Amino acid sequence: MVKVIIDDIEVEVEPGTTILNAARMIGGDVVPPAMCYYSKLQGSGGKCRTCLVEVAAGSAADPRPMPKLVASCSTPVMDGMIVKNKTSERVYDNRAAVTEFLLINHPLDCPICDQAGECHLQDLGFEHGKEGTRYEEKRRTFDPIDIGDKIKLHMNRCILCYRCVYVANQLTDKRVHGVMHRGDHAEISTYIEQAIDNDFSGNVIDVCPVGALTDKTFRFKSRVWFLKPMEASCECTKCAGKAVVWMFGDEIYRVTGRKDRYGEIEDIDGKTAWICNECRFDKKDKSMWNIAGPRVINRHSVISQNQYLVDERIESKKLTGK
Amino acid sequence: MGRKLLLEHANVPGIETFEVYRRNGGYRSVEKALKTMSPQNVVEEVQASGLRGRGGAGFPTGMKWSFLAKPEGVPRYLLCNADESEPGTFKDRYLMEKIPHLLIEGMITSSYALGCNQSYIYIRGEYMWVLEIVEKAIAEAYANGFLGKNILGSGYDLDLAICPGGGAYICGEETALIESLEGKRGNPRIKPPFPAVKGLWGCPTVVNNVESIAAVVPIVNDGGAEYAKIGIGKSTGTKLISACGNLVKPGVYEIELGLSVEEFIYSDEWCGGIANGKKIKACVPGGSSVPILPANLITKTAEGTDRLMTYESLAEGGFASGSMLGSGGFIVFDEDQCIVRNTWNFARFYAHESCGQCSPCREGTGWMEKVLRRLEYGQGHMHDIDLLAEINKKIEGNTICPLGDAAAWPVAAAIRHFREEFEWHVTHPDEAVKRNFGIASSHMPLV
Ligand SMILES: Cc1cc2nc3c(=O)[nH]c(=O)nc-3n(C[C@H](O)[C@H](O)[C@H](O)COP(=O)(O)O)c2cc1C
Ligand code: SF4
Ligand code: SF4
Ligand code: FES
Repeated sequence: MVKVIIDDIEVEVEPGTTILNAARMIGGDVVPPAMCYYSKLQGSGGKCRTCLVEVAAGSAADPRPMPKLVASCSTPVMDGMIVKNKTSERVYDNRAAVTEFLLINHPLDCPICDQAGECHLQDLGFEHGKEGTRYEEKRRTFDPIDIGDKIKLHMNRCILCYRCVYVANQLTDKRVHGVMHRGDHAEISTYIEQAIDNDFSGNVIDVCPVGALTDKTFRFKSRVWFLKPMEASCECTKCAGKAVVWMFGDEIYRVTGRKDRYGEIEDIDGKTAWICNECRFDKKDKSMWNIAGPRVINRHSVISQNQYLVDERIESKKLTGK
Repeated sequence: MGRKLLLEHANVPGIETFEVYRRNGGYRSVEKALKTMSPQNVVEEVQASGLRGRGGAGFPTGMKWSFLAKPEGVPRYLLCNADESEPGTFKDRYLMEKIPHLLIEGMITSSYALGCNQSYIYIRGEYMWVLEIVEKAIAEAYANGFLGKNILGSGYDLDLAICPGGGAYICGEETALIESLEGKRGNPRIKPPFPAVKGLWGCPTVVNNVESIAAVVPIVNDGGAEYAKIGIGKSTGTKLISACGNLVKPGVYEIELGLSVEEFIYSDEWCGGIANGKKIKACVPGGSSVPILPANLITKTAEGTDRLMTYESLAEGGFASGSMLGSGGFIVFDEDQCIVRNTWNFARFYAHESCGQCSPCREGTGWMEKVLRRLEYGQGHMHDIDLLAEINKKIEGNTICPLGDAAAWPVAAAIRHFREEFEWHVTHPDEAVKRNFGIASSHMPLV
């Protein structure tokens, strides 16, 4: 085990753990925001640079500070390392700059975007953004396209985190989804707008941190904060059938995977509970699901501002089984 | 006249053929290394030579080689970086075009030193005709027993292949090069792990520039100590400089490190001075990625000492008043050239070539390009100049690979040294459009 101090809090972790994951073990606001890293997707991270932190001491053996800020999601901790996240001015400053970079070409159409309310970029902007913009140029624009009949790609909103690419590579068999072109003209593309024809392709929607990939069976039906997230399960031959159904009255408006506070699909019985397309897109009838009860949404989001904030009771009920 | 170690025979008619090259002493280093030296001996000679990577970063080659991991039963790879795409740099092309066997000889000797049995030359896609020249030379080397199985009866096997890129500058970054060679999109990898531990197909790999590999030939022939006698301090040996811009005699020159910048620019033996009797205004001494120097800091440092063509001297003064030797792309601007336009041109290149993986570089390079274009075309504001400085500060150091820094430094330096010219573009929008280049009101003292 190695010891690392993050924002004056000491934690012991396995060697090889990244700074970000060590911070997640502490929890709270010591955890840097992560827009591209996704612990369930191998190789992800390092790209968005929102998770930059300052390393004030490299290790016990070599306590020199690191000259550059480092991406906490892809930098392993060393024994005796001292990391500054929220206690560093420099981190705040540069994270604000990264936020600005991510927003200059972003359409800021949150009022009509389905991701609003559960968008990581919105959260980031809220915490690190400035009022107004210094960007006077024309924003980059693309036409929205369909990736098959169930998924919409709004490239304007994409932050090129590559998560969907890793999903396509790691969860689906044929590699038909990737990045074309370079620089700020790079875009996510499927092979000539082809559907990603695979039972698990819908997971690209769940991993997308912004509203670039959205569920066509849900688009524009409702704002997420008007819906009640319910933990539900079903007998499914393709996936574990453990999902969250988002209800309005008695109707299921959409189905998603079960995400933790970092927006990542939870592990259930030691396996990441990705859901299949049938569960996601086709099971919109209450009778198809076993609804266990309200889902705890414990990530920072407007959704958690609604009636489910009384969740501690439910949590403890779930834990004790009573 | 300085010593020529690489280009000595470059103008011998027929030197691109095996026969003529061999007759002029070619492939001696392979014979010497394979027959009389252990791989470790070769590495030691390269360490003794003080050779520093000629691809831009100037990292000591011998040290890089000594870092190569050598796990049992795992192949190791040597990759030659011939992706040369930095604006202003065209020395590797010249070397490969003129004297391709020198590179192949260097590849064989270096591969032997590193214990590689399969090596690759990754060549820029736009150099298709050069690829053909090198390919022909490789075939000749095979036919003459210098490549393939049991080279010169030594029991050492080596296969050498050449692979063209698809036209992306970023594939010159060593880990992007490896990705591209593996058949993937050329995105730089996140380091660590470094290629010396996990490179091509997950195996230990060394990536070296064309010129670095070619320099191994004279080092093995004459000994590392002999090579180290040339040059000053930690800048040893000879260096190819591709000189371009407003010079009387632009071209590729092999200089001994330590030559004075003044002599290089003005002496008839080298560039012959500024063309058309004009004065020098600025110089980018090491390829588009390095800071630009204004006239008063080119031949002299801020302290007033002579500026020399060495890694150290060109960097003297740090970012405030120095630059870098970089890849040796020496670009000279005369008094009529517009720094704003040139800076925009570089920015346009980096915005086009950023791989787009990390947000600061992807968005920042595009943003700087747009602001600079507005300034150049007389649509800028005073606050744009500070904005540019702000943007490049936020790209620098915050990215995955050094392309972000390379895009930021030229803009920062141009504003640092030629701020008045940027301001002139804002205050004289009409004239700026007519491209009067701002020289009329630039107070920069001209040499
Ligand atoms: C964006 C970028 C482009 C590069 N392009 C080249 C290139 O075209 N040729 C080259 O030799 N090195 C290039 N480099 C440097 C290589 O990453 C690497 O450092 C070099 O090939 C190492 O060889 P050396 O040690 O012999 O110099 C580039 C680096 C970056 C960041
Ligand atoms: S579409 Fe979404 S998941 Fe895919 S790269 Fe863009 S932002 Fe990331
Ligand atoms: S710095 Fe630029 S070129 Fe390098 S990895 Fe990041 S986006 Fe790509
Ligand atoms: S989360 Fe670390 S760089 Fe994106």
